[in-house]
Amino acid sequence: MVFRTEALTKVYATGETQVHALDHVDLELFEGELAVLLGASGSGKSTLLNILGGLDHASSGHVWFRDLELTAMRDRGLTRYRRDHVGFIFQFYNLVPSLSARENVKLVTDVAPNPMKAGDALEMVGLGHRLDHFPAELSGGEQQRVAIARAIAKQPEVLLCDEPTGALDSKTGVQVLEVLKEVNETIGTSIIVITHNAGIQAMAHRVVRLADGKIASVDVNDTRVAPHEIAW
Amino acid sequence: MIPVSPRTRSRGSAVQAIDIKLLRDFQRLWLQGLAIAIVLACGVAILLTAMGMFTALDDTRQAYYERNRFAEVFVEANRVPRTLLPSVLDIPGVQSVEPRVQGIAILDLPDRTETALGRFISFPASQEPTLNIPILRSGVTPEAADEVMVTTAFAEANGFEIGDRFHANLNGQRQELMITGTAMSPEFIYTIGPGALMPDNEGFGIIWMPEAAMEAAFDMQGAFNQLGLSLSADAVEADVLDRLDSLFDPYGGLGAYGRDRQVSDSFLTAEIDQLNSMAFIVPPVFFAISAFLVGMVMSRIVTLDRAEIGLLKALGYSDVEICLHYLLLALMIALVGILIGSGLGTLLARAMAWQYARFFDFPYLIFRVPAWVYAMSAFAAMLTTMLGALRAALIAARLAPAIAMQPPAPPHFRQTVLDRLMGRMQLRQTTIMVLRSILRWPIRSALTSLGIAAATAAVISSSFMSDALARVIDLAFNQSYRQDAMVLFTEERPLSALADLRALPGVLQAEPQQFHSATLRYGPREKDVSLEARPVGAELSRVIGDDGRAIDPPAGGILLSERLAEQLGAMVGDVIEVEFMTGQREIHSMVISGLAEQYLGLGAYVEIGFLDQKLRRSPQMSVANIVIDERELDALHGSLQQTPILSGLIMMNENRRAFEETINQNVVVINAVYAIIAVLITVGVAYNSARIQMSERARELASLRILGFTRREVSGVLIGEAMLLAVIAQPIGWLLGAWISAALSNSFTSDLYTIPLVLAPSSFARASLIVLATSLVSVLLVRRRIDRMDLVAVMKTRE
Repeated sequence: MVFRTEALTKVYATGETQVHALDHVDLELFEGELAVLLGASGSGKSTLLNILGGLDHASSGHVWFRDLELTAMRDRGLTRYRRDHVGFIFQFYNLVPSLSARENVKLVTDVAPNPMKAGDALEMVGLGHRLDHFPAELSGGEQQRVAIARAIAKQPEVLLCDEPTGALDSKTGVQVLEVLKEVNETIGTSIIVITHNAGIQAMAHRVVRLADGKIASVDVNDTRVAPHEIAW
Repeated sequence: MIPVSPRTRSRGSAVQAIDIKLLRDFQRLWLQGLAIAIVLACGVAILLTAMGMFTALDDTRQAYYERNRFAEVFVEANRVPRTLLPSVLDIPGVQSVEPRVQGIAILDLPDRTETALGRFISFPASQEPTLNIPILRSGVTPEAADEVMVTTAFAEANGFEIGDRFHANLNGQRQELMITGTAMSPEFIYTIGPGALMPDNEGFGIIWMPEAAMEAAFDMQGAFNQLGLSLSADAVEADVLDRLDSLFDPYGGLGAYGRDRQVSDSFLTAEIDQLNSMAFIVPPVFFAISAFLVGMVMSRIVTLDRAEIGLLKALGYSDVEICLHYLLLALMIALVGILIGSGLGTLLARAMAWQYARFFDFPYLIFRVPAWVYAMSAFAAMLTTMLGALRAALIAARLAPAIAMQPPAPPHFRQTVLDRLMGRMQLRQTTIMVLRSILRWPIRSALTSLGIAAATAAVISSSFMSDALARVIDLAFNQSYRQDAMVLFTEERPLSALADLRALPGVLQAEPQQFHSATLRYGPREKDVSLEARPVGAELSRVIGDDGRAIDPPAGGILLSERLAEQLGAMVGDVIEVEFMTGQREIHSMVISGLAEQYLGLGAYVEIGFLDQKLRRSPQMSVANIVIDERELDALHGSLQQTPILSGLIMMNENRRAFEETINQNVVVINAVYAIIAVLITVGVAYNSARIQMSERARELASLRILGFTRREVSGVLIGEAMLLAVIAQPIGWLLGAWISAALSNSFTSDLYTIPLVLAPSSFARASLIVLATSLVSVLLVRRRIDRMDLVAVMKTRE
């Protein structure tokens, strides 16, 4: 098991009202699995991902990454945790514009304990020929693939993806999903993808649906489809 | 239909929504705005101070000169019969004359062991003098032969009251005198004793004595030895001077001169000129820095406001209104700066004016900062700020609404030779980020560095003065003038008198020296100087060459200070004409046999034997330099005060003490002021630039935090860039500081003194230390924002 949550709750106080972004969520995510978290805007999926990734603190409840209790860790420990175990992919790539594709990846490989070579990571996402290009010289799909290369280069145990195809057209979106699938299969990285694009659930091992901060359903896909077959 | 802007349409309501936005923007930016406003305020304050003091000194001087009828032309001679006066009045342009008897005498003051010097001036018995009228500050004018009136500063420094008595050695006769009054005179706003470098009110004073008593004491019945003249409006001063010279020649005239060479006035003029140049050199630097800061902050605001600008335009606001909106924001910053600067400037000008009033002897001070000075500095401050903001405001105005509402294109980076170099150097990625960002915005980086360099330069150019003065003191007192005292004789004495001097108690060593007023001519140029003659190998009073070693004037030639040679346009080997104003007024040709580095006065030196030979006479001296055994000082003063042939004794230690005291007082204040200014500039530049970095890079820095970089590592990027720019700024600041110091050293140079360009490494180090420390503190203030950064929120928003 990679992640386990127990009565995980996150309350945002906005003015006088309290919003339960997560309401006693109990969830288990497994080794090597590609899970898709589905839900409408405000269902709590991003909050869940941020807490799993050590970017946010829970209001109550517990989260474990393997034996590590994230909810018991202070800021410094969470930084260490992100550095050593987690890869992030965001909707808006978040590349450093002043660093080339290779250098953006090296940003991670320089500090990670057991990284792959920056060139190899970019090769994996099909960008072996654009190593020295800067973000401004790359298309949106290419930038997202650099972001993926940066996330996988440290050989993380988990890859957390927040709307990875949200800013992309269907063709480049498919390319990005192919890369995620390949990473999952060849390196065995556990991947959690959150999206509101229901089509993407077809490629997951398991699909978790969230609504109003609660788990609505957890389904196991008996037959998974390849990304290029996904109806966008 | 003619399109009408929304502003005109809704003129009914008092406050426009866009104005509210303006106020809110200003509120949001207040700390950054304040940092800029303070830099601007420095410029305004300095401008006001310099201009305020300039007008105060200039107005006061003018009023004082007019009310007390300060003479315009002066002439001194050995002894001129009063019967010559009608011929003087016949010179076209001469309006009135004031003949006087004057002389220097040694004073024996109660409660003071050291001898003091007095310049005695005759005071007409029946009526007020026509020119150079003293202002009586207390008591009455002297009438009896033993009554005198002294300068207020001299009386105050020595604690004299009306009715107090002291002794003077008047032309060989010891005489008791009683103080009947104290006065000030436009002639002695700046009083400096013979051979002194700085005013010493305790050891030197002006003493007015009834005319009859003066004539008797100095053997001048029916004659005078100094004349002051006033001229009519149409007079040509140069012609009058020429006519006076030929008229006074037979009477041992020492050359007529105008106010420009009157000691007190020329010091005052030099000071006023310095204030004037300070008003025009220093404030523009501050205005330029604040313009740059405003420009930097405004472009960032316009970038952040992009979507809002698009929206405003879509709503129908015109380009001009958008442009004005941002210019107004800059104007608000300028107004805060002007307000702070005006208050500070007024206070500072007043405080400094009092400081000056103490240094210069003015009976009153006309202090007012004229309204036009306020208006001018406010205008200059507003103009520069607006200029700084103009580019950003125009960019805002030119943004097309459709484009403005889309996010801006990401900054473009490109592979360059430097990148390959960085790749080869195996730098950390965060280091590369810092370097690329500097290279990507070279102008901004350069300007930031330049701003910080200006701060370093400000400290260097202020400490330069103290370093330079330390050098002057060292050269003057330790290298050139090493005697404990100079003994002045009433007239030239044979060298054999040295033996008598050596016999006095406490005199360990004595060396002769001669001083002659002379005019040096080379081609069309001429210069009036004091020609010094001393023996070869003189140890107590030496001429120091550029290499710091003592040089003797080579026999058969004349040694000139570099500045004097430059002014004459003559070089080593050239033959110049020397006209002596003393003795028989002989004219001789002399070869320039060497040049010497000199900071004070325009020096010209010859070997004493060579001079006596030229003048066809036995060896003489007009001054003896002596070394004194401190333990017998009192005994020495006692016997000197009884010696009739002496006209004065100058104690070099006191001279030095007075000089150092004055310098130190000023230097400490000036250094502190400039250090504060440097800190303010640095905070203004470093804080604003770090804030902008922070704002531009929030996303990038948040990415790093998410990737697992620690706060320390992430702030390293921010601090690294700011500090790298600050470090790069240091050598530029050193150069700039050296350049400003050189400019100051040039502009302060006059016939009276040169301020040498001394650049002490310790001053450079101190300047850099102050500026780097301030930069670090400024960036650390911004760094706290990294700690408070909301990672999730930053990443969620699209840039």
